[in-house]
Amino acid sequence: MLRAEARTRLGTLELDVALEVGAGECLALAGPSGAGKTSVLRTVAGLLRPEHGRVEADGELWLDTERGVDLPPERRRCGYLFQEYALFGHLSAWQNVAYPLRGTDRRQRAVALLERFGMAELADSRPRTLSGGERQRVALARALAREPGVLLLDEPLAALDARTRASAARELGAVLREVEVPALLVTHDFSEAAQLGDRVGVIDAGRVVQEGTPSELAAAPRSAFVADFTGAVVLTGTAHGAPDGLTVVELDGGGRVTSTDAAAGPVAVSVYPWEIAIEPAGEAPHGSSQNRLAAEVLSVTTVGNRVRLGLAAPQPLAAEVTSTAAEALGLRAGTRVTASWKAAATRLVAL
Amino acid sequence: MRWFPVALTASLALALTFLTLPVVAIFINSSPGDLLDSLGDPVARDALWLSLRCTAAALAIIVAVGTPAAYLLATRAFRGKALAVTLIELPLVLPPAVAGIALLASVGPSGLLGGAIDAAGIQLSLATAGVVVALTFVASPFYVRQAMAAFVSVDRTLLDASRTLGVSEARGFARVMIPTAMPGLVAGGALALGRALGEFGATLMFAGSFRGITQTAPLAIYDTYATDFDSALALSAVLVAVSGAILLSVKLVHGGEVLGGAPR
Repeated sequence: MLRAEARTRLGTLELDVALEVGAGECLALAGPSGAGKTSVLRTVAGLLRPEHGRVEADGELWLDTERGVDLPPERRRCGYLFQEYALFGHLSAWQNVAYPLRGTDRRQRAVALLERFGMAELADSRPRTLSGGERQRVALARALAREPGVLLLDEPLAALDARTRASAARELGAVLREVEVPALLVTHDFSEAAQLGDRVGVIDAGRVVQEGTPSELAAAPRSAFVADFTGAVVLTGTAHGAPDGLTVVELDGGGRVTSTDAAAGPVAVSVYPWEIAIEPAGEAPHGSSQNRLAAEVLSVTTVGNRVRLGLAAPQPLAAEVTSTAAEALGLRAGTRVTASWKAAATRLVAL
Repeated sequence: MRWFPVALTASLALALTFLTLPVVAIFINSSPGDLLDSLGDPVARDALWLSLRCTAAALAIIVAVGTPAAYLLATRAFRGKALAVTLIELPLVLPPAVAGIALLASVGPSGLLGGAIDAAGIQLSLATAGVVVALTFVASPFYVRQAMAAFVSVDRTLLDASRTLGVSEARGFARVMIPTAMPGLVAGGALALGRALGEFGATLMFAGSFRGITQTAPLAIYDTYATDFDSALALSAVLVAVSGAILLSVKLVHGGEVLGGAPR
């Protein structure tokens, strides 16, 4: 369990954050750059001392400004994955991983960790000869080497090119599910947060403005900022191929959708709210949309000239329509509707 | 009209000619046989040996004290830091004669700390230890400046990473900061070494020129050139060869990373 609170002034930013992450859980803090995300990680790691703050982790008190407790970073058991990985260039991959280790079996233990990430053959390589994805694996192995009580990840996918990002995200997701410690991840990309975090906190100007599961945030944004930032709706389910080359996903909690993406097994289904059309409930299917879910309007939030609808379906859903359309349909909380969208607008990401 | 590249090339050619001609002249005027003969001359041999020992001692002191000091200046912000850096750089612009006077006035027999040093049973002026003090004084800034720049250019997150991996700042300094800054530190060491090996004015004024005790190679050259120009020339050639060899080996060991080689 990680409990952290920080209140401090950083230049023009007023950071005021309190969060809690359970063992084995991953909380993803998502927000624009300059929102104070990295400062939260640095506070937990002890690299930044807030004016007022408290950090409790791993069953220990790491920081309490009231009581004058402030453990130095080297005594807080944090696995910190830095944005550019911060590998030591003068050391080989295994020496990087063995850096926090002691004893005569350092090399063996480091190589075993690298093995876990499929990197054993590259144990003797210098970081500068490795690709971005390989560097990330070395950095992750190094962060785990000390058997940390908390895992901190700063924009773990930002330094990767678009091609390696998808596979790196899958690997990272697997690691996060495997580790039994609280994990805190920060990113500027909501879809990344939705993919890797069990819960997502949207952070803006030093404050967590809303926290919840990714679909809760997308379906019921508490402010226009969150609505804008969350972008895609994310649903979970199990995919299997259909005879026509399409993929059918049985959604958790009921309902099924079709996608043009190929996938099998557990997947995250994402669709942008503005791709979702709304029609009154009970109308016969018409048009080209393959995906139709019955839903009830939960909330109506105005975002500029659009209206974001929070929908209660088997999993929460969000749709965006123009204000004019919302009025014409007489949409308000409690209205029963059908949400529909095209299979081609449905993205699948394996979990 | 491509006059600009021509002008650049001409400037480089002029600079190279002017800077290398005197050095080349030394070797043209002294045959390899002369060089070997001069090494057989006990005066020259004593002077060369003293120069190497004193330079090595000065360099050891400079590196041992200068490295942590440069690290502090590079990684911390504090009041009066700009002043501290300026004071450290001051010997760079001090005329050697002024450096000699300054050393006499501070740690000389009747200087500020002269009594205390004498009471501690240490003899500096007119002694080999005095040569080391003079070399350290004039050569330190070359190393500290370069070392500071080297530490500043090391990514601070490396030290953060080291600390989150359970390694204290002191050990991270030794295990990460120094190895990462090494090319810059070696470059600074080479500059300081070159300056110390060639030191003349401050040594002469502070330590004197006694054969075998304080007469370093440059002092021996000065001592002999009026009476025996050929010997002076030969000893000069040896000094050039030694300096050149040190510079070259530093460059080779660090694969051209040092002293303005390939970008890091």
